[in-house]
Amino acid sequence: MSTYFRNVMMQPNDNVSTALTDIPVNSLVSVRCNQQIMEVTVKDTIEFGHKFAVVCIPEGSDVVKYGEVIGVAVKTIEAGEHVHIHNVDGKRGRGDITHGTESALGI
Amino acid sequence: MEQNLLWGYRRPDGRVGIRNHVLILPTIVCATQAAKNVTELVQGTVSFIHQHGCAQVGVDYDQTFRTYVGMGTNPNVYGVIVMGLGCETHQGKSVADEIAKCGKPVELVSIQDHGGTLAATAEASKIAAQMVQDASALVKEPFDMSELIVATECGGSDACSGLSANPAVGYVSDRVVDRGGTAILAETTELIGAEHLLADRAVNDRVAQKVYQVIEAMESRAIHMGVDIRTGNPSPGNRKGGLTTLEEKSLGAAAKAGTRPLQELIDYAERPSEKGLVWMDTPGHDIEQLTGMVAGGAQIVLFTSGRGTPTGSPIAPVIKIATNTSMFEKMRENMDVNAGTIIEGTENLESVGERILNEIERTANGKLTKSEILKQHDFGIWRIGPTF
Repeated sequence: MSTYFRNVMMQPNDNVSTALTDIPVNSLVSVRCNQQIMEVTVKDTIEFGHKFAVVCIPEGSDVVKYGEVIGVAVKTIEAGEHVHIHNVDGKRGRGDITHGTESALGI
Repeated sequence: MEQNLLWGYRRPDGRVGIRNHVLILPTIVCATQAAKNVTELVQGTVSFIHQHGCAQVGVDYDQTFRTYVGMGTNPNVYGVIVMGLGCETHQGKSVADEIAKCGKPVELVSIQDHGGTLAATAEASKIAAQMVQDASALVKEPFDMSELIVATECGGSDACSGLSANPAVGYVSDRVVDRGGTAILAETTELIGAEHLLADRAVNDRVAQKVYQVIEAMESRAIHMGVDIRTGNPSPGNRKGGLTTLEEKSLGAAAKAGTRPLQELIDYAERPSEKGLVWMDTPGHDIEQLTGMVAGGAQIVLFTSGRGTPTGSPIAPVIKIATNTSMFEKMRENMDVNAGTIIEGTENLESVGERILNEIERTANGKLTKSEILKQHDFGIWRIGPTF
């Protein structure tokens, strides 16, 4: 049975939602965006302000919030898993990755 | 807010200040203690501690010089006493002469010329005492928002920043612009990943191109250092608050810019030449961007925070806006406005935005912000070259 845990998914193409309250592990959470409603069982404890995946995000694919790319999944993230620095890398300002002479912006 | 409810001090160059400080401006780290001595002796004076002013060259010299001059010419300052040591690269006389062009009272006191710290402190204090009394005789006059430059900033961000306080500040930015005023967006670092949204709002191709140029310059600094920018930004506190990447932080930070066209992109500590929404090229470092915007002429600062911060300026009131209620309650002594009600669903962006506009009016008309009361006189210049 779904318990009411406040969370916000910003845009219909987002694959994460942000918890607006602490959500205990194994809670069934309703995620709403526009007219769409999804039910997600969180697989980790999600602290206030942290994100969980609303769908499976395969390794190497973009993590999307605000309808924009915020990074890349470094391993496959199942729906309901905590999405944070342990499974997401930034794509920008990555001097630790060789970019050659081109900037990451490609301009 | 109706027009003409703001009251301020008209300066000789025509600009309007909402504070009436006498600024003791040390152009060199060696004079900061003497400047602080003066502020302890004479009510109505302010100063700041810093590490700059010597062995700086080229564009780095110019940027520091521009910042000093901008602090002195900011309309919140009635008059300036420039304090130097005497032998430094940023000569007090050059700074004093440049500030004097705006017509306000400026005096110079050099520690070596006056024979030491105590003699210079005494001389500067005597001048300051008279300047403070002259300042106090000024009478405020009404002005409207078209004469206001509002700086916007976020620091100690959390995942709520992009949901509550930043979009509320974006609402305020739009209202300020609609009333003919100027809103400064800064922190280029924290716009990496959101630059395309702002370039799309640029008034012309030249401004759009400059958006991509400053972003590339900032990003390439990290790339050339061979580091992941995330080791410094988002900070450990940002990450604890739920921000995962710089791109995520940037998309939240960009919400401060509202929805109006981007008129121009200016250098650090440069004064806007256009009204409306303006982007100043600064780093994400809280104090460096605050200093740049105030030196650029901002009379008031809107500063959002999720983790909580005491940040303030010696000459501009900083209205600090909490992104979440629990931090607002915990750090009431530092925070002025709570936008956490948006997260709880008890208020919307518009009503919080209107509360912030009211706070701008009250602060402009004399209400002290928490950072002013706590004498949080932060100052730090974005260094862009090595010291020699």
